Amino acid sequence: MTQQVDSADGARNRTSVERKGDRELVVTRTFDAPPSTVYKAWSQPELFRRWWMPKSVADVSLVACDMDVRTGGKYRLEFSAGGSDTMAFYGKYLEVVPNERIVWTNDEGEEGAVTTVTFEERGGRTLLTFHEAYPSREALEEALQGSAAGLPEQLDQLDELLSGMDD
Amino acid sequence: MVQCLDPPLDLAFAALADATRRGIIDRLGRGHASITSLADTFQMTLTGMKKHIQVLERAGLVVTQKVGRVRTCGLGKRGLEAEAEWIETHRKLFEARFEALDDIISEIEQERSNDSAS
Repeated sequence: MTQQVDSADGARNRTSVERKGDRELVVTRTFDAPPSTVYKAWSQPELFRRWWMPKSVADVSLVACDMDVRTGGKYRLEFSAGGSDTMAFYGKYLEVVPNERIVWTNDEGEEGAVTTVTFEERGGRTLLTFHEAYPSREALEEALQGSAAGLPEQLDQLDELLSGMDD
Repeated sequence: MVQCLDPPLDLAFAALADATRRGIIDRLGRGHASITSLADTFQMTLTGMKKHIQVLERAGLVVTQKVGRVRTCGLGKRGLEAEAEWIETHRKLFEARFEALDDIISEIEQERSNDSAS
């Protein structure tokens, strides 16, 4: 086994994204901090909102971020592209084990995925696995159409809009 | 046979407007399949599946090859690109997220070491 990342030279850790089977998406990444730190950044809304929708990807900002991170708790994220319209994402936490895992539903769509994020200790560092399981292949297809086809397009539109505003 | 022109893009969009055809692309993303097995998977008649495959083939999303009596379908270049684009879009988003998360994590670590030092 080769180690993917050499963190000693300060190189950025690699983000891997792959499809697994019919209806799953798996993202993995290592962080140079123990699970308790990564968990904290993920579970506290005032920290979470600072990284979940980075400016480098989209000029969409997280305008509301309510997260009650405990088993049975709910969350609601609202995004805005600058206008008055917002887009909401919400659901509930099916399972929360501090410093280890968070499992939540995505209830904004008809056939939303169940998302699991795990934080595993690896020699003082954290292996983070973000796993999305869609209820069916069709639901993943919908997500594929929506997020993959839609996102770059939206971003392009936004780019255009913003570059037009500079003049 | 040499294909001289790229199939028009709207053919591809029209082909993908149908949920079954998107399902076929998804299935072929994981390997080749015969029309018979696709018909079976999607619970439709052979004739129905042949029509869907024709639409996808004209759009450049699927390529077919007849070996003996079996026609095997695979993803065309455009289908593979769609799959790759999807992965790439997610990778970019998560990469950017996790870089931002790295910064927050450094802050927390810094605070923790300050706390333990004081």
